[in-house]
Amino acid sequence: MAMADFLVKAPSAGRGPIEYTHEDDALRIFGFWVFIATDMVLFASLFATYAVLYRHVGHGPGPLQIFDVTGFATETFILLTSSFTCGLSTYSMHRGQKGWMMAWMVVTILLGISFISFELSEFITDVAQGATLQTSAFLSAFFTLVGTHGAHVSLGIVWMTLILIQLAIRDLTPTTARKAFVVSLYWHFLDIVWIFIFTIVYLLGEMS
Amino acid sequence: MLHNAENFASHFFVLGNPMIYGADVSILLVIFGIVFVLTYYKKWGWLWREWLTTVDHKKIGIMYLIAALLMLFRGGVDAILMRTQLIMPNMSFLKAQHYNEIFTTHGTIMILFMAMPFIFAMMNIVVPLQIGARDVAFPYLNAISFWLFFFAAMLLNISFVIGGSPDAGWTSYPPLAGITFDKGPGENFYLLALQITGIGSMATGINFFVTIMKMRAPGMTLMRMPLFTWSVLAASIIIIFAFPVLTVALTLLLLDRLAGAHFFTIFDGGNPMMYVNLFWMWGHPEVYIVVLPAFGIFSEVVATFSRKRTFGYASMVASMIAIAVISFFTWVHHFFTMGAGPGVNSFFAVATMIIAIPTGVKVFNWLFTMYQGRIKMHLPMLWAIAFIPNFAIGGATGVMLSVAPADYQYHNSYFLIAHFHQVLIGGTVFGMLAGMYYWWPKMFGIILNERLGRWAFWFFNIGFYVCFLPQYWLGWMGMTRRMYTYSTGMGWSLWNFISTIGAYMMGIGFVFIVIEVGYSILYGERDLTGDPWDGRTLEWSLPSPAPHYNFARIPEIAGRDAWWTIKEARRKGDPVVESKPFKPIHMPNDSGRPFVLSVLFFVFGFSMVFTWYPLAFVAFLGILISLILRSFEYHTDHTLSVEEIRHTEEAYGRV
Amino acid sequence: MTSIEHHLEEHSGRSNGLDSTGMDEKHTPWNHIIGFSISLVLTVLALWMVLHHIIHAAVLFGAIMALAILQAFVQLYFFMHITEHHVPQWPFHVWMLTLGVTFTILFVVASIWIMSFGAESY
Ligand code: HEM
Ligand SMILES: [Cu+2]
Repeated sequence: MAMADFLVKAPSAGRGPIEYTHEDDALRIFGFWVFIATDMVLFASLFATYAVLYRHVGHGPGPLQIFDVTGFATETFILLTSSFTCGLSTYSMHRGQKGWMMAWMVVTILLGISFISFELSEFITDVAQGATLQTSAFLSAFFTLVGTHGAHVSLGIVWMTLILIQLAIRDLTPTTARKAFVVSLYWHFLDIVWIFIFTIVYLLGEMS
Repeated sequence: MLHNAENFASHFFVLGNPMIYGADVSILLVIFGIVFVLTYYKKWGWLWREWLTTVDHKKIGIMYLIAALLMLFRGGVDAILMRTQLIMPNMSFLKAQHYNEIFTTHGTIMILFMAMPFIFAMMNIVVPLQIGARDVAFPYLNAISFWLFFFAAMLLNISFVIGGSPDAGWTSYPPLAGITFDKGPGENFYLLALQITGIGSMATGINFFVTIMKMRAPGMTLMRMPLFTWSVLAASIIIIFAFPVLTVALTLLLLDRLAGAHFFTIFDGGNPMMYVNLFWMWGHPEVYIVVLPAFGIFSEVVATFSRKRTFGYASMVASMIAIAVISFFTWVHHFFTMGAGPGVNSFFAVATMIIAIPTGVKVFNWLFTMYQGRIKMHLPMLWAIAFIPNFAIGGATGVMLSVAPADYQYHNSYFLIAHFHQVLIGGTVFGMLAGMYYWWPKMFGIILNERLGRWAFWFFNIGFYVCFLPQYWLGWMGMTRRMYTYSTGMGWSLWNFISTIGAYMMGIGFVFIVIEVGYSILYGERDLTGDPWDGRTLEWSLPSPAPHYNFARIPEIAGRDAWWTIKEARRKGDPVVESKPFKPIHMPNDSGRPFVLSVLFFVFGFSMVFTWYPLAFVAFLGILISLILRSFEYHTDHTLSVEEIRHTEEAYGRV
Repeated sequence: MTSIEHHLEEHSGRSNGLDSTGMDEKHTPWNHIIGFSISLVLTVLALWMVLHHIIHAAVLFGAIMALAILQAFVQLYFFMHITEHHVPQWPFHVWMLTLGVTFTILFVVASIWIMSFGAESY
């Protein structure tokens, strides 16, 4: 769409990857990178809050009492793998292999769902032990930071599913390719955020 | 049953206050009036097609402008009420609680629902025209931003008659704003309204960043961009990095209030000061978000009416970028007295003083631009010139406040109130008014009446000093902010009296602006040239008001002050004629979804305020569904044919 | 073009229009495999270091943060193709991310500093 016929600065139109075919789509990809920058600062604020409050356990349990190494390690490896399969999906897209692309997306979604399930069961265990959002500042910060990431992943799952459907209906076009590429950026970004949750929340918790 | 309903109603509606009954009645009357006029003149379809569904940046800008002026009125009424209460000692015009509510809504509305939409108005109307673009990068998103802002403003304002206004100050610090001390729904209104408008602002920041980075006409390099566009770029960068912090601060406080979390409570490890920290991490950059576009406007106005190119263009750009970055390093100056220790206070005090330097550079550049210029004193220029001494005083008192030990004396006194009004009114409001006068012809094809404008200017400008200079003294004499009354023996009575007179004068100034607008619409001079001020930048090369596609042909830019260069060439007898053929133009389709989406956000916010979770959930689902529908929408644009363009251009007499 | 970029161009198949026609016959996405392997190694390393408390806590924390940052770059580089040149005026998104990282560090570090209430001076 956007009035982009005068966007002369787009180099080598038509020679780049499929998602950059139309300048308009290039514009959206660029916009999404900027969105990622805002989301990064959003997580920064949550990390800052966690860093300030994580020792404030009040009368509740501390990190050591509630973190379960196998649990969070499993979550981490699942999410890392999903980032890899998501990358493979983009890879297939660039080779025009729509079937593989969609297959890898399905794998990514399934991994995403299992990540969320593990996280939910972790939360449920915590709550069952009496470690809730209302218990202490540490737990408020913990559930909010990790939960915000989880909400992002859940949204990513829904989003990727929608794009999968559009791929099935509309085939691999520059527009659907752009959409798939953008959601892959989102997915990889969430993986980066998780790496820091893994380090600052869980590993640091194990060290305390 | 009946008793329950009565009980509910007495909490839901704000009862027992004659002023609020008056407001209820006038709100109902206004609504009936609007509905009646629209129905009588059969304008509902027009309203929907031309405005509610538009994605045209110029129309969105105009809607922002109207909303900002209305909110300036609401915030102004609040101000007048407060000043009336303080005109004499021991007044009982407003009760303490009522005063609390009024300074809270005044501050919140002025910053988030007046200053922000006012700068968005100017950005929307001007930026695409200045860079030779046909719209912003994401027009649909732009419409969403506007409607989110609009319904958030409605959400905050409705608290006046339903549920009760917020009353913990525009900063809403816990623990006062926490559930323990503030049970009522007022604070929820504050939190949710700000949250919703914040999402819209964030989207606007991204949108204009991408627009300016990617959609400039060929030949317009970064260093050929008009300074207003530069200021918007700098402000967008600040928005992008500051607003997420506000989102988090508000969410956490909301979690404290609604879900029983312990971020900012006093018990169970919570730390209220973390909220203060987060709030100002956004809050300080925010003041530069609202003042940088004003700086940009002054640069345009001063250059145009001095008939010279801007002095020190590169240093103007550099100082704006410097301000944008350093503005993230100063936030602690809002809470030096919290006791964060000498290391922290020194660091942030020095950073604050440093940021004054680029600002000073800009002031000198404006002065040098005027120096030896052939100055034409039209209304925009009048406001621009009045801004300079204003901002010099505001800047000087700001540096005084930045001296951390001295701030222990000034903090939260009327000295502070005087300081920030000096920069917010003298900087932002003067800038926006200058911009409004300057671009009014471009928006509506009408030049605002000069004589009435001068009356407004002098009332507002003199009233400003009369109102706020005494407040510096009051601060020194120990009068603290947010004080609803004071006793006779303090020695404050005279200064407070003078201050209130000044506030009334500013009120009269505002009334003159309203009269001026009305008069000019009826009898004002029409701008037929498209270039009433002999301007320098591209927007003046278009007819007023500009056609919906802006540029029939995208111009090629050869230097700074693009339109001036072309005019110079023509004056020298080299007729720069446009001979390139018209080409079909892609334009985005209008859509009603941004409006519907924002209504759903309003419903979501409103039900969260009263913790009606089932309804909130339904609204949330609605929001998701409208996003999904958009995702499946593929035909989002249409093409204007060459004939259509030629036809429109002929109507403007431009073929 | 640096040698590593060249290497990527060869193996990732993300470089030109030919790919989308599927004419490129190299089928192994080395680029992604390398990235994935590095990220696995870094994660396991961090986990191992912490579970065995190999060094003094402060140093250990510095070390695992360094690993996390490294891993973020792996994602950005191997999966998100941040250095991709097809983006018009490509460096601007890198600038924005750089600014974002700057403010991220600022917000976290300064908040900790501020909220320690001058503990450093006592
Ligand atoms: C029309 C002229 C104005 C007058 C007469 C006025 C007057 C006042 C008064 C009397 C207060 C309350 C002081 C107190 O009791 O602590 C106040 C607070 C405030 N004003 Fe204004 N004001 C005006 C315009 C503005 C504008 C244009 C802005 C912003 C763009 C603004 C922003 C604020 C803020 C942020 C507060 C602090 C509210 C709080 O304490 O939470 N004001 N103003
Ligand atoms: Cu500040």
